[in-house]
This record gives sequence, structure tokens and C-alpha cells, in this order.
Amino acid sequence: MSLDLLGYGAFFLATALSFGIICLGLNIQWGQTGLFNVGVAGFVAIGAYASALLTTPETAGRFGGFDLPIFIGWAGAAAIAGLISAAVGALTMRLRADYLAITTFGIAVTIQLLALNLQSLTGGPFGIGFIPRPFAAVQENALLFNLANLALILAVVTVLYLALERLLRSPWGRVLRAIREDETAALSLGKNARAYRLQAFALGGAIMGLAGAIQGHFIGFIAPDNYVSALTFQVWAMLIVGGAGSNRGALLGAVLVWGLWSASGALIAALFPPDQQARAAALQIAMIGIMLAAILLFRPRGLIGERGTVSRFVG
Amino acid sequence: MSAPVLRIADLVAGYEVDVPVVRGASMEIARGEIVAILGPNGAGKSTLIKAVAGLVPIFSGRVHLGERDITGQKTHDLIRHGLAFVPQTENVFTALSVAENLALASAVLPRAERRVRLDAMYDFFPDLARQKALLAGRLSGGQRQMLAVARALLVNPELLMLDEPSAGLSPKLVELVFAKLREIRESGVTILLVEQNARAALAIADRGYVLVEGRNHHEGTSAALLSDSTVAELYLGSARRAATS
Amino acid sequence: MNPQFFADGLLMGAMIGLGAIGVTLTYSILRFANFAHGEFVTWGAYGTLALTGAIGFAAGSDIDAIGPFSFGWPLLIAGLAAAILTGLLALALDLILFARLRAKGTAIIMVMASFGASMALRSLCEFFFTSAPRYYSRDIQIAIEILPGMRMTPDQLFMIGLTAVLVAAMHLLMTRTTLGRSMRAVSENPALSSVVGIDVDRIVRATWLIGGALAAAAGVMSGIVVQIRPFMGFDLLLPLFAAAILGGIGSVPGAILGGLIVGLAEAAAVPLIGANFRAAVAFLLLTAVLLLRPAGIFGVRE
Repeated sequence: MSLDLLGYGAFFLATALSFGIICLGLNIQWGQTGLFNVGVAGFVAIGAYASALLTTPETAGRFGGFDLPIFIGWAGAAAIAGLISAAVGALTMRLRADYLAITTFGIAVTIQLLALNLQSLTGGPFGIGFIPRPFAAVQENALLFNLANLALILAVVTVLYLALERLLRSPWGRVLRAIREDETAALSLGKNARAYRLQAFALGGAIMGLAGAIQGHFIGFIAPDNYVSALTFQVWAMLIVGGAGSNRGALLGAVLVWGLWSASGALIAALFPPDQQARAAALQIAMIGIMLAAILLFRPRGLIGERGTVSRFVG
Repeated sequence: MSAPVLRIADLVAGYEVDVPVVRGASMEIARGEIVAILGPNGAGKSTLIKAVAGLVPIFSGRVHLGERDITGQKTHDLIRHGLAFVPQTENVFTALSVAENLALASAVLPRAERRVRLDAMYDFFPDLARQKALLAGRLSGGQRQMLAVARALLVNPELLMLDEPSAGLSPKLVELVFAKLREIRESGVTILLVEQNARAALAIADRGYVLVEGRNHHEGTSAALLSDSTVAELYLGSARRAATS
Repeated sequence: MNPQFFADGLLMGAMIGLGAIGVTLTYSILRFANFAHGEFVTWGAYGTLALTGAIGFAAGSDIDAIGPFSFGWPLLIAGLAAAILTGLLALALDLILFARLRAKGTAIIMVMASFGASMALRSLCEFFFTSAPRYYSRDIQIAIEILPGMRMTPDQLFMIGLTAVLVAAMHLLMTRTTLGRSMRAVSENPALSSVVGIDVDRIVRATWLIGGALAAAAGVMSGIVVQIRPFMGFDLLLPLFAAAILGGIGSVPGAILGGLIVGLAEAAAVPLIGANFRAAVAFLLLTAVLLLRPAGIFGVRE
């Protein structure tokens, strides 16, 4: 029994941390650079599909199936997501914040639509299955499998976190924050604000793509339904709750909100009869929505976002 | 003796709590006067008048309009109490026509009075009457200023306040605007104006207050201020120094 | 274009245009992109459904539909009531959430908060009504040929007519009444509006009421000619934003024109890229506008 619990705990934490990686990516875009990306789900999807297409065996009627190793899939996911983010950024960077929000929102909707309908590329509504899972050899043993994957994801998170912390304290990171707060002042320093913003957007997008790949490989199956606006708003809630502008906040928020999500899911499963489960699941989303609004009202800096180092954008 | 139309007592005001721009200014405007507020750039003249109009937070001090204490009152109520304000920039609705601008302003008047006052304004500003359907955004600078003043005058205010009415206007237009202000005073309206152009202001004003660094520095009749060397120094000093060097 | 697609595009355009009027007003006066606007559409539709059911229940017996239409007076009354209630919902949302954020935050925070509100409102609908599509009436309507190659049902014709009436009413409101002029004034310059005696808070409240009611109307229409489902409003967000921005934020005629363009473009694109990609059309139009002429057709260049 306690082993099951441990196994579940590992699974929970692994999933929460994979969301944490998405939050880290969003933190670069929003927390550090002030870019309002409402299309997070789209970039996660790009990474997930890229990696899936690179690593799955050949499938009739569908592009891809290159059967490459997992780590190549992940690298490819990050690279492709990063490239597409750069392209999107190049087109949209000069839009003011709310127009950027609407546009990125539209991009995610379009990406999901493409994933759903381009069956020969993405498998359509059926998605892509048989995605190679890390430590597949032990997947029969739930405890070992979940612990091993947790360790892997934890390693990735640690490396990312340390690298990002280093990056953000570097001159590059300082310029980014200067641009976020006061573009005119930053421009007067002779820095090409647009180039910096583009780099930040692309880096954030690449990290989101990587997270999408990690999630896809962990579960072994992806479908267009995973990448809808609910995902975007969940991630935003995580980042805001934890504290935008802070990498630790991003990770904390992810674990916390995912925890609330899982706990509420368990509660619903316990309280509602099976035929009512679907409609009761809507309450989980309502809860996330209310929580996001409440945090913005009462504690906009989030749990561990520090006053002063957090942008005037956030409060 | 009746209460002054406007009485400002030790006003401290600014945009942020710890950064007051007006640091203790006092003045009184009697009925029928034209009074000018002068001073160098950054003295807080505009901020003072905006604070009276309720657009800038007042931290301490009091403002009385006649008998009524209007300190911190909501801006949109002030016009009903008889205080009309003409801001320096963006003082007309460019997306509305001349007629719509004035119709909008007339909404605070009782229904019966609106037509009468609108006709009076069109009589007083015949140029505007000719361009009723034109979008205010298409008016020239001088005409826009006239529209802004007409809009304020429409409600028959006790006190008309103007923030740098000469700003951005050619000398000829400045003359026209200021001549209009004289006419307005003759019709019984008290006028308070903030002006950078001290000479033009003092040419029509009865009295003036000189504000420096947010505080009263000097006051007197126009004649006195015009011949006062310290005032001249404040405004014309740099120009004279430049001319003689 | 095939005339039938034109008819479909016109109908869609009418609905999008009506919803876009609400978006353009709230966007220009409240100065933020309200992602919860779609939920006013959805709640309007569901509210009408619930109230129609209640009226029917109270009346006891089946009430006939009016003439060739699929609905009877219960739906019309319910629709009106739901529009008012949705307006009040919008107002309540402002009081609870947006007004308090307006005081201290930037527009971006309000947009973020609107995500939260949107999720909560939509999910509550889904919880109460489930995600199964609902209909006001199961009557099958026969399409009549109104022009060669163009068939429309009586319901669809009614919707277009109703939209025209509402748009005309809105235009009169904006150009002939003090409220309308005040709204246009606040949209341009809130500070000057205060100076001339306009109570900006009152105008903001009126804007929420009107915006919510118009969204509800669009929702009822969509419910009558298509179906009622929890995501109906959310799925309209992109077309609504596209239409409002295309027409020029703040312009009521612009919103309608933008809506028609979006609707017709979607209909025209269907034979080219398939019905599944309808939503992408709005997005492409939006992107084009934002990159080429962000002020839109009737917008004022900033």
C-alpha cells in the first residue's frame, strides 16, 4: 500500500515538475521580459509532436516515424519549438501587450486545429501513440518506473534551473529586465531591444517545447485534446500563484497548483458517481479560474515573488 | 463682503504621495477678476490648477469655491458647482463633432436651458457655428482652443480656469484668445489662468501670483508685477542675459 | 462564391458582428481585452434555455411556436430576461474583480484576471448543464429559397432581421443620446470626460450592462440557429476580437462591418480549406490587420 503511495507520489511529482518546466519557459517570456504569451499550449504541442514524430516507429498514413532515440527527440522538440517561437516572435514582437495576448491565443488555437485535422502529419484526433518511454524496460513495475522518470525529470529541472538562474544574473538577463521595465531607457543604452526580446521569446518557447516532449514520452501518448487553452491558463495560474519573475516561484507554483488539481480530482472521484464524473471535472477548471483571479486580486506577486524584483507589471 | 469665488489655502498636492509638486500654495480670487498664476517651468502651476479641478490628488490644504469646500471632490461634480476647467492639451473630443462636443457639455444643464446656452455659445463663437458638423479633430489649433473654451463657458460657470491657453498658438491667435477672455470676463465670469506667457497674461489680468517650486513667491497687481525687477528676472532674465552677452 | 455560402456567411457575420459590438465598446471604454466576454454569450444562451424551460413549466401546457419560426413567445421573453441578467452578470463581474484591479493594476493584469473569470464562468455552465449540446427546440425548419441558389430558414432570416434592428438601435444610441456621446467621450479621453461633467464610473457600469446584454443576444441567436454548448462563446472569442479590431476598436459600425467580413471570409474559405479550419480564418484576418493596419477600418491611429 505504501509502495503504491510512493509510486503515485513519484508520478505526481514527475508530472508537476514537467509543468514546472513549462512555467520556467513562461517565466523567461513573461516574468523576465514582460511578453504576454497566451499561446503556451501551442508551443508545448509543437514540442510534443516534434519529439513524437522523431522517435516513434514508422506508421502507415502518417508522416514521421523516424524511430530516433529519445534524447534526439527531446533536443529536436526544443529546437523546433524554439525556431517556431522565433518566427512567431519576429512577426508579433512589436504588437502591444494585449494584442500580443490575442495573437498568441490565436496561434495556439490554430496549432491545435492543425494537430486535430492534419491526420497525415499528426495522426489527427487519434493522436500519436507508442511514444517510447524512458526506462521502458521497467514500465511493468509502477514504483520503479515512476521513480526512475522522476529522477530523470528532476535532473532536467535542476540543470535548467541552474542554467536559467545563471543566465538571468548575467549581463544578458540584466538587459532583459531593463527592457521589461523601461524600454526607452534601455534603448538609450544602445541595446537592440527587439533582438533581446526575440531571444527571450525563442528560449522560452524552446523550453516549453522540451516540456511538451518530456510529458509526451512520460505518458507514451499524445492527442490534440491535451493542448487546449485549459493548459495555457493552468500554466499561467501556476506561474502567478508561485510568483512571476522567480524561477523558484515557477516551480513552486507548478507543484502547488498541480497538487490542488490532483487533490480536487481525487475528491471529485470520491464524491460523485461515475456517470457524473465528466461534469464534475468542470469544477476543477472553475477552481483554477477562481484561484487565478483571487491571487491577482489579493496577492499579485504570488507566494514567493519578491517585491521590488518583480515587475511593476505584476503588482 | 461676499466670499471670494475661489480660495486656496496651504495646498499640498502631487501625483505620488511622497513627491508633492505643490508644496503649500495659497490664493484668493474675487468675483469678476482675471487672475494669472505665473512662474518658471516646473513650479507646479499646472499641477495646482489640476488639483483644484480634482484631477491631481490633494494631500493637505483646502479649496473653497464660494462657500463650498470642494477639496477632493469628484471632478465630474465640480462643473455642476460652477467650476469649469479648460486643460492645456487634449481639451476637446476629437472623435466627436463640434456640435456633439457642445451638446455633451450641455447635458449637465437643465433641459430647458440647453438650447438657450448653445445658441448663446454659437453667437459668441461664430466660427464654431459655421463648423458644427466638423469633427473636432479636424479643427485648427486656434479653433480647437475656442471650442474648448466654448465648451467650458456653456454651463455659465462661476469660475473659468484655463491651463496655458496660449500654448502652441501663434502670437496672433494668442491675441484673439486673450481678447475673447476679456469679453468673457465682461459677461460676468471670473477667470483664473495658468500661463507661461507672462506678458500676455498680465496684459489682461488684474492680479497675478508667482509660484516658484510649488510655493507662493510673489503676488501683486499686473502693473506691479510687470514693473517688478525680480519677476522680470524670473522670466526675462535668461533672455536679457543672452541678449547682452 | 456559391450563393449558399454567402447566406451562411451573412448569418455568421450577423452573429459575430452583434457580439463584436459588445467587445468593441467594452474594449474601448474599459481599455482591456476581456477574455471573459465569450462567457456572456454562453450564459445568455443557457440563461434563455433555463428561463424558457421555467416559463414552459409554469405555463403547464405546450406553447406553440410563432408562425414559421421554431420559437414562441416564452423564448422571446426568456431571451430578453436573460439579456438583462447577463448584463447584470457582467456588471457583477466588474464589481467583484475588474474594478478592483483597475484601481491598482495595469491592463495586462485585467486580461489575466479575465482568463480566470472565463474559466470559472464556462466551467460552471458545464457543471450545471453538462457538455452535451442543447437546443431550444427540436422542430425541424424547412429552408426557403429566397434568391436563386440561396436557401435560409425562417429562423435564420429572423436572426438577420433582429441583428439589423439591434445594430440600428445601437447606432442611434451612440449618435443621438447623451449616454452614447458620453460613451464615445470616455472611450477617447476619460479625464476630459470627468472635466465636462461625465461620471465615468456610471458610464463604465452602463458599458458592462450593454456589452453583456448584446453578447447574450448573440448567444441566443447562435443557440437558435446552431446549438447551445459550454464552449460556444469561448470559440467565438477569436472571431469577435478579429471583427472588433478589424473594424476599429470603439466603432460600432466598424464592429458590424468587421463581423460581416469575418463571417463571409469564413464561409468563403470553407470550400477551400474545409469546414474544420473555420476558426483559423478569423485568426489569419486578425494577424493581417494587426500587422498591416492595427487601427482597423474606422479606428483612429494612435
